[in-house]
Amino acid sequence: MIEIRDLTFRAGDFQVRSVSLDVANGEYFVLLGPNGSGKTLLISCLCGLLRAESGRILIDGQDVTHAEPRLRRIGYVPQDYGLFPHLNVAKNVTFALRAAGHSRAAALVKAGPLIEKLRLGHLLDHMPATLSGGERQKVALARALAIQPRLLLLDEPVSALDGPTRAEVIEQLRIVQRDVGVTTIHVCHSTDEALAVADRAGVMIDGRLVQTGRLEELMEHPASPDVARLLNARLLPRA
Amino acid sequence: MPAVAGPRVHGVSIATTTFLVAFVMAVLVLIAADLFYAKPETILEVLRLPEVQHAIYLSLVTTAITLVLVIVFAVPMGYALSRYRFPGSVVLDAIVDLPIVLPPVVVGVSLLVFFRTSAGQWIESVPWLGFVYTVKGIVLCQFFMSVSYAIRASKASFDGIDRRLEHLALTLGCTQAQAFLRVSLPMARNGLVAGAVMAWARAVGVFSPVYVLAGAVRMKTELMPTTVWLELSIGRIEPALALSLVMLAIAMVALVLIHLLGQTHRWWGL
Repeated sequence: MIEIRDLTFRAGDFQVRSVSLDVANGEYFVLLGPNGSGKTLLISCLCGLLRAESGRILIDGQDVTHAEPRLRRIGYVPQDYGLFPHLNVAKNVTFALRAAGHSRAAALVKAGPLIEKLRLGHLLDHMPATLSGGERQKVALARALAIQPRLLLLDEPVSALDGPTRAEVIEQLRIVQRDVGVTTIHVCHSTDEALAVADRAGVMIDGRLVQTGRLEELMEHPASPDVARLLNARLLPRA
Repeated sequence: MPAVAGPRVHGVSIATTTFLVAFVMAVLVLIAADLFYAKPETILEVLRLPEVQHAIYLSLVTTAITLVLVIVFAVPMGYALSRYRFPGSVVLDAIVDLPIVLPPVVVGVSLLVFFRTSAGQWIESVPWLGFVYTVKGIVLCQFFMSVSYAIRASKASFDGIDRRLEHLALTLGCTQAQAFLRVSLPMARNGLVAGAVMAWARAVGVFSPVYVLAGAVRMKTELMPTTVWLELSIGRIEPALALSLVMLAIAMVALVLIHLLGQTHRWWGL
């Protein structure tokens, strides 16, 4: 269970204010919002890369608001995947396990099921620069899941992918998330993408989380004209 | 730059390339003059002289020690300059470059003057820590004259690494030290090695500060550049030329190494 209570923090001149949100165990929560609304900043704060000014972040009842990032056990996949360019796929995937003190062989054995699930076995010796966008995304996901996170944060995980790859990766994301059962917060712009994966969604505008609920509910009963505009605008192509 | 349509050769390309070729030709002519002037048998004879062998030996030993010190200081200093902003950091950054632009003899004079102050006198009074007219003084001069190049290279290398990768390492269970050792350091490796090579090549050529602080005592504080100067001062050009060619070879090897590591564009391109 992820509990965020009145979380306020600042990045330069931009402030994210009084965000409160509960995400149940195993739930797939999608955070929607326009560019510059503070979505990425919020997940940076959740994984400890931005300092909270006030409020609390609890994971399974444990207050991690001021804990170091390494102690939070939160898996994070950034928008550009953030693969370590000097390490091959195997070393990227087992990075966290090696940092935790596992030997190279033991780390590879431990990450084996994930590597198999994400079908990365044939890529283990490849360097990130030689991978396609979809493959990089899968490697980043495997690396984040290798720490057996209590929360998985995905920052626009398919925004850099082309249409067919995007659909395939979204489907795989959902399958893997259900298999692993990890609580997930997925940031994106696209309502279509959210509809494909979300159990629940929230809309962030101008540093505030303005509405949460099932996506269909948000679309039927938007809390403000801004929310309506955001969600309806995304639905226009489908209509 | 991709080729654009139109003539391949035009006024700008001719003029700029002419300057480039003229300069390279001038350098090659100087090297050729050295090579033509020096007779191989004279060079070999000079290289067998005990004082010359000692100068080469002392140059290699002192620059090796300097290299270790440079690496120990330049890597963390370059990282700090790259990653942290604090009041006065811009001034610190400028001071780090000072030894590059200062006339070398000024560095020597400043060091000599420092060791005449009470703090310097105290350091000199420690039995194993004397710098004036000692080999340690040579290392100190080489260090001051070369460390700035390595710091600049180190900073440029760390600047080129996306800081978010270090942050990601933190979310993957690393401490700050582990993130540095497992992500930043290996990613900066080529730049750091090239910076160390550059600093070493610079240290090999240091003369005037060493002359001021450590003196030019035969078989004691005599380095390769010192020998060149000593031989020239008594009109013996062959030994000076022989050692000049040795230093030229060292400089060429260092430059080739740096280019192979692909770093020069990053240092001077910033």
